[in-house]
Amino acid sequence: MRKKIFWAVFVCISQSVLAAESDLPLDKADIDLTDGVSVQRGARTFVNYCLGCHQASYMRFNRLQDIGLTKDQIERNLIFGNQKVGDTMQNAMKHEDAENWFGVAPPDLSVISRSRGADWLYTFLRGFYQDLEKPTGWNNLLFPNVGMPHVLWELQGVRNLRSDPDSAETEKLVLKTKGRLSHAEYDMLIRDLVNYLVFMGEPVRTLRVRLGILILFGLSIFLILAWVLKKEYWKDVHHQLN
Amino acid sequence: MSLGKSALRWIDDRFPLSIFIKNHLVNYYAPKNFNFWYFFGSLAMVVLVIQIVTGIFLVMHYKPDAAQAFASVEYIMRDVPLGWLIRYIHSTGASMFFVVIYLHMFRGLMYGSYRKPRELIWLFGVLIYLCLMAEAFFGYLLPWGQMSYWGAQVIINLFAAIPLIGPDLAVWIRGDYVVSDATLNRFFAFHVIALPLVLLGLVTCHLVALHEVGSNNPDGIDIKKNKDKSGVPLDGIPFHPYYTVKDLVGVVVFLMVFTFIVFFAPEMGGYFLEHNNFIPADPLKTPAHIAPVWYFTPFYSILRAIPPMFGSQFPGVVAMGLAVLMLFFIPWLDRGAVRSIRYRGLLYKSWLGLFVIAFLLLGYLGVKPTSVWGQFGGWLGGADRAVVVARFCTLIYFLFFVLMPWYTKIDKTKPEPERVTF
Repeated sequence: MRKKIFWAVFVCISQSVLAAESDLPLDKADIDLTDGVSVQRGARTFVNYCLGCHQASYMRFNRLQDIGLTKDQIERNLIFGNQKVGDTMQNAMKHEDAENWFGVAPPDLSVISRSRGADWLYTFLRGFYQDLEKPTGWNNLLFPNVGMPHVLWELQGVRNLRSDPDSAETEKLVLKTKGRLSHAEYDMLIRDLVNYLVFMGEPVRTLRVRLGILILFGLSIFLILAWVLKKEYWKDVHHQLN
Repeated sequence: MSLGKSALRWIDDRFPLSIFIKNHLVNYYAPKNFNFWYFFGSLAMVVLVIQIVTGIFLVMHYKPDAAQAFASVEYIMRDVPLGWLIRYIHSTGASMFFVVIYLHMFRGLMYGSYRKPRELIWLFGVLIYLCLMAEAFFGYLLPWGQMSYWGAQVIINLFAAIPLIGPDLAVWIRGDYVVSDATLNRFFAFHVIALPLVLLGLVTCHLVALHEVGSNNPDGIDIKKNKDKSGVPLDGIPFHPYYTVKDLVGVVVFLMVFTFIVFFAPEMGGYFLEHNNFIPADPLKTPAHIAPVWYFTPFYSILRAIPPMFGSQFPGVVAMGLAVLMLFFIPWLDRGAVRSIRYRGLLYKSWLGLFVIAFLLLGYLGVKPTSVWGQFGGWLGGADRAVVVARFCTLIYFLFFVLMPWYTKIDKTKPEPERVTF
C-alpha cells in the first residue's frame, strides 16, 4: 500500500499525467461583479437549478445582502425549504443517494469558481450535448463523461455532436430541439450564473478592491512624509566633510 | 527631573534599557553607503512580525482537524470579521517572506557579506532559510486543500526514498500510513509553536552576530580601518536615526506592494494561493499536476532533473538536499581577494550571473510539467526539452559552488578603494 502510494505520486510528479478533462480552449465569461443585477439573476438561477443537487455549505443566504437584496427578499424568493436566512446553502440530498444516482456526489459549489475559474465554468455550462450512450443521456465537450446531466436543457434546448467533425463549421454542436431561450439569451443566463458563482467564491471581493484603493492612498501619503523625513535627516550625512 | 526621565532612570537601575538602545541603535555605526539591496534585512523582520501577529489571529479561528480544517478556513474567509484580510495577509506574507529572503541572500552573494569575519552571520542566515522552508511546508498543509494534501504527500515520500529506514521514517513523520488527521495535528504544532520559536532564536543569533562584527557594505571594505579620534568609523553613521528613517521609507514602499497583492491579487495568478487548493483534500483523488509552491520549485526541479538510479529516486532527493546544504559552505569556498562584486573580475560576475539564471530557470520549470517545451527531435532521442534544460541548470547550480575556490582565486580583481564610495 505504502509503495503503491509512493509510486502513484512519483508517476504524477515525473511525467504529469494528462487531465481527464479536454484541453478545449475556454470562452471568456467576461464577468463583472459590479453588475449587481446580473449577480442577482445568477443567484436566482443558482437556487432554482443548482441547489437541488449541489450545496454551497460555506455560503449563508443572508450574505446575498451584499449584492443588494434585503433579508425579506431573500426569504420570500430564494429560500424554498424551511431554512432560516442565516443558514448556509444546504440541500436534502443524501450523499449515498447522490453517489448512486450520478456515480459521484455533486461537489460543493461554495468555492468552485476559485478552483475552476470563471471561464472554465462558463464553457462547461455551455458545453452539454445529448449522448444516449451515457447513463444520464448527456455528455460535455469540456468535461467528457461528466456525471452531471444537462439540468438546463429546457432552456438551452437539446444539442447533438456534429456528425461530420471535419466540416468547416467551428461550432461542434448542432441544435436538435429548440429550448425556451435563444442562443444569446442562454449565454447571458450562464454568464449571470457564473458571475454569481464568482461572487459566492469570495463574497468580500468588491469590498476588498475598494478597501485596497483607500489603503494604498493612505500609504502613499505616509510615503511622502517618510521620504521628506529621510531627506531631512540625511542632509548631515551628505554635508559631512571627511 | 521630568517624569519620563525619572521613570527611565528607575528602569535603568534595574534593567540595561538605555545601554541596550545605545549599543544597538544610537551608537551602532553602519556604513553610510548602503544601497537598495540593504532594505531586505529589515523587511524580513517586518514580514516576520506580520506573520506572527496574523498567525495568532488565525489560530483563534482555525480548526486543526481533518474533518473541519478546510471549512474553518472558509469560515475565516466569510464569517470572521476581517478574517479574509488576516488570512490574505498571512498567505501573501508567506510568499513575500521568500521574496525578501531570496533578495537578501542575493545581496550577501553580491557583496561577499559571508566573508570573514561574518561567516557565522551567514550560517545563522542559512539556518533561518532552512527553518523558513520547514515552516512554510508545515503551514501549507493546514488549509487542507488538494495541493496541501498531495504536496505534503510528495515531500514526505521523499523521506521514504531513503534506503533502509525510509519507509519507516515516512510513517513516523506522518504518524499514519497516509497523510491524515494525525499528520495535520503534528504539522499544526510545528507550524505554530516549534518552528516559530526556533526561528526567533535564530534571528536573534543572526542579529547578535551582526552587531558583534558590524555590517558589510556594497564596497565590501572594512569601515573600521578608518576611525576618528573618538574611535568612530569615519564612514559609519549611527543606525538610529539615519537608517531607521531610511528603512522606514523602504518599509512603506514594501507595504504598498504588499497591500497591492493582498487587495487586488491575493491569489497572485495561482502562485500564492493555488487554484487546486480550493478543493478539499481527497486522499482518493490525485490531482493531475502536482507542483509545489513557487518558492520551492528550483529545488523541486533539481529533484526531477536527476533520473532514478537502481529503481530508486534517492539520488534526486540527495541532490535536492545538497542543493540547499551547499549554501553553508560558501564562506569557505570563496577565495577571492576582494569581497564585493564591484571589484571582482569577469569570472565571478559571469558565474554569479549564470547561477542566478539557472536558479530562475529551475524555478520556472518547477511549476510546469516536464513536457512544457515539447520534445527534441530524434537526434536527442526525443528527450523532453525542459528536462534537458533542467539538467543543464542543475549542473550550473552545483558548479557555481564546486568551482568557486578555483574561479574566485584566479579571477582578475580590481583594487579596493580606501574609503567607501558615497
